[in-house]
Amino acid sequence: MATPSVKPTPLSPPLKDELDIVIPTIRNLDFLEMWRPFFEQYHLIIVQDGDPSKTIRVPDGFDYELYNRNDINRILGPKASCISFKDSACRCFGYLISKKKYIFTIDDDCFVAKDPSGNDINALQQHIKNLLTPSTPHFFNTLYDPYREGADFVRGYPFSLREGAPTAVSHGLWLNIPDYDAPTQLVKPLERNTRFVDAVMTIPKGTLFPMCGMNLAFDRELIGPAMYFGLMGDGQPIGRYDDMWAGWCMKVICDHLGLGVKTGLPYIWHSKASNPFVNLKKEYNGIFWQEKAIPFFQSVSLPKDCTTVQQCYLTLANEVKAKLGEVDPYFVKLADAMVTWIEAWDEVNSPGKKPAKLPNGTSK
Amino acid sequence: MSLEVKDDEIDIVVAAIHSDLTSFMNEWRPIFSRFHLIIVKDPDLKEELKIPEGFNLDVYKKSDIDRVVGSSTSILFSGYSCRYFGYLVSRKKYIISVDDDCLPARDNNGFLVDAVAQHITNLATPATPFFFNTLYDPYCEGADFVRGYPFSLRSGVKCALSCGLWLNLADHDAPTQALKPGHRNSRYVDAVLTVPARALAPISGINIAFDREVVGPAMLPALRLAGEGKFRWETMEDIWSGMCVKVICDHLGLGVKTGLPYVWRNDRGDAIASLKKEWEGVKLMEEVVPFFQSVRLPRTATTAEDCVVEVANAVKEQLGSTDPVFARAAGAMQDWVKLWKSVGSSTSS
Repeated sequence: MATPSVKPTPLSPPLKDELDIVIPTIRNLDFLEMWRPFFEQYHLIIVQDGDPSKTIRVPDGFDYELYNRNDINRILGPKASCISFKDSACRCFGYLISKKKYIFTIDDDCFVAKDPSGNDINALQQHIKNLLTPSTPHFFNTLYDPYREGADFVRGYPFSLREGAPTAVSHGLWLNIPDYDAPTQLVKPLERNTRFVDAVMTIPKGTLFPMCGMNLAFDRELIGPAMYFGLMGDGQPIGRYDDMWAGWCMKVICDHLGLGVKTGLPYIWHSKASNPFVNLKKEYNGIFWQEKAIPFFQSVSLPKDCTTVQQCYLTLANEVKAKLGEVDPYFVKLADAMVTWIEAWDEVNSPGKKPAKLPNGTSK
Repeated sequence: MSLEVKDDEIDIVVAAIHSDLTSFMNEWRPIFSRFHLIIVKDPDLKEELKIPEGFNLDVYKKSDIDRVVGSSTSILFSGYSCRYFGYLVSRKKYIISVDDDCLPARDNNGFLVDAVAQHITNLATPATPFFFNTLYDPYCEGADFVRGYPFSLRSGVKCALSCGLWLNLADHDAPTQALKPGHRNSRYVDAVLTVPARALAPISGINIAFDREVVGPAMLPALRLAGEGKFRWETMEDIWSGMCVKVICDHLGLGVKTGLPYVWRNDRGDAIASLKKEWEGVKLMEEVVPFFQSVRLPRTATTAEDCVVEVANAVKEQLGSTDPVFARAAGAMQDWVKLWKSVGSSTSS
């Protein structure tokens, strides 16, 4: 009996049709050229901040959808008020509009880094590995991520905890320009992060951290509605705290729902140092407000009957209004925006809903 | 930000499980020779110790242990636990302890790792248990706190414990090593980080350092497995001690760091043989971890000694009836505190 010859299936990039790359930009997308070998097979969602009449050119060959402020206003209507303007916080619109399971977001001044052997780091691939392997939030493994090749659990790690928890977020790091706040930047303008720490680790349950949105991936189905980047930028008294805010809300909810957050690899190369004086003006209120916000997040508890991310998030919004509203009226506005965000999320993402109108830019 | 630590504030404590320490001492000589060493001979070891010349050291044997501790104690300073006798009689502020089957490691650039210097750096700079810094230790050269780290938490807290890691034979349990007999740890992770408050971790005794003045009483020999042996796969004493220390540090607002320095751990023993002989430890951890995760210490416990007594009482109450090994551990902890108060509580000026 003749055996029909079978053509080998070409290797497909992992999660090719299940992941969107969300990029906020106000300048240009030249940086994509360097990422082409790693990104070209994936779908991009470009969120164009600032002047919507400006045309942002996407390099040829990329499959993308692009949304400017007009699109955001059209799609969300009055609910567009929750999406920041003139701040990279607008990127969370990309999370909302995506239909994929996974999101990777990266800033337009982040380039491909090299590992100590001189090889280019495929940051996207590492994020995917991080998201597709479990986390270990309930007990710290001193050899870091036990699911990585060449690693494992250490002596004393209970076997009942070795299945781990599903990973909701993968937080990557940066070589070269470190993600410092303005005061630190002013004191150490020349400091560069040259230390390549070859580790991925889970941030333990109950521990908060400063989440940076420059090089970040998450499971949108597991935690998407919690990744709201707040009210920042134009018309707001604060900036550069969008990712921080999302990170604190997200971590509290992940801890409540038994999900894991990883940090460490992959590294990207952060090329642009923003102006520390401009940053200081943006961060100024944040530096004082975080002293109140942190104890709030450390002590907030979500009721047992909050079993979905949306329920958790709306509860959190109420708590923000009640407890942080006294710190500054901004938090009352923010709490309302958090509610608007969830309403917008559910409206756009609930099944049976008509799909949003076609955006400005279209795929190739 | 770093405290100044003088050489004469440090004791290096080595448990001699093997009688011939010649190559161990000679390999560590460039790093150890400046310091005072305490060598404690495993009371079960029959042969005479072989120690090369040129070190400033005190050696303690079974007769010394019996003399100091007497017979009215449930604590057994045998096997790996003989090191705790060294902690007891030391009069220094800082203790560094390394297993006698470990040698200095080399870093990614090929340089010999000065494990003592790194442990001291870890102990002399603050820890940051209340908020995770994504660039790891903010006090090391070339690093700092990241954007979003609250300013009020940037002075950190005192670091009481520094837990180092191991290249080559990593500290896995017997089942893990038996399943992957060829597995060796070759990944040098260039980071020190603080284990966050309320997060527990298995703290290995293979490569460890601590501030004796602050947490000495909490570094204790208590959990002795029925079949405890002379391979780390056959012990849990350090893991138990580490849980106590972490819970106590969390309560007292002290920090625990993990990461660098690495030591090179020699291949030794047979994981399968250890597994056949001793799997009790693996089973016990299922009880141990939930206990330590839930234990709460009263506000009135303000010293390490007080805390140990409270933990011992909780062990007796909550775990005593589960397995006799826990009842014995509780007794050993109480005896240890008494011993510490009578023998161990001073530091020389």
